[in-house]
Amino acid sequence: MTFFFLFILMIILAILILVYLYRVVQGPTVFDRVLGLNGISTKAIILLVVIGTVYQRTDLFVDISTGYALLNLIEALAIAKFLEQRGSA
Amino acid sequence: MSLIAIALILPGLFFLIVAAIGMLRLPDVFARSHALSLTDSLGAFLVLAGLAIYQGFSVNMLKILVVLALIYILNPVISHATIRAALRSGLKPWVREQP
Repeated sequence: MTFFFLFILMIILAILILVYLYRVVQGPTVFDRVLGLNGISTKAIILLVVIGTVYQRTDLFVDISTGYALLNLIEALAIAKFLEQRGSA
Repeated sequence: MSLIAIALILPGLFFLIVAAIGMLRLPDVFARSHALSLTDSLGAFLVLAGLAIYQGFSVNMLKILVVLALIYILNPVISHATIRAALRSGLKPWVREQP
C-alpha cells in the first residue's frame, strides 16, 4: 500500500515537472526561464529521494540529490549575476 | 511511522500543486516568484520531512534532513537573486489597468 502511494507520488511529481517545463519553454523573459529551472530542480531533488525510497537505496540517491541542489545554486546565482551586470534583459 | 509520513506528504503535495498552478496562471515574473519561493519551499519541506520520518532513525534520515535544510535555505536565496537581477535590469512590474 505504501509502495503504491509512493508510485502515485512519483507520477504526480513528473506531471509537475512538465508544468514547469511549459513555463521554461514559453516564458516571456529570461527570468521566467530561470525561475522555471529552479522549480524543475526542486521537483527533481524530491523525485530522486522518492526513487531511492522505492528501490531501497536511499544512501546512494540522497548523495546525488545533495549534489544537484548545490549545482542548482551555483547555476542560478551565476545567471543572475551575469544578467544583472549585462543591463537590460 | 508510515501513517505519520503519509499525513505529512499529502499536505506537501497540495502545496506543490498550488505552486505549479500559480506558476502557470500569475501574470508577471514578480508575481510568479511568490508562488515559487514561498509555496514551493513549504511543499518541499513537508514532503521531505515525511520521507525522512518514513526511513526511521538511521543515517539516511539524517541525510534527508540535510537535503531538506539545504532546499529550505537555498530556494529563497535563488529566487531573491533572480528577482533582484530582473528589477535592476529595468523590468517594470505588472499593474492592473485603471478603468
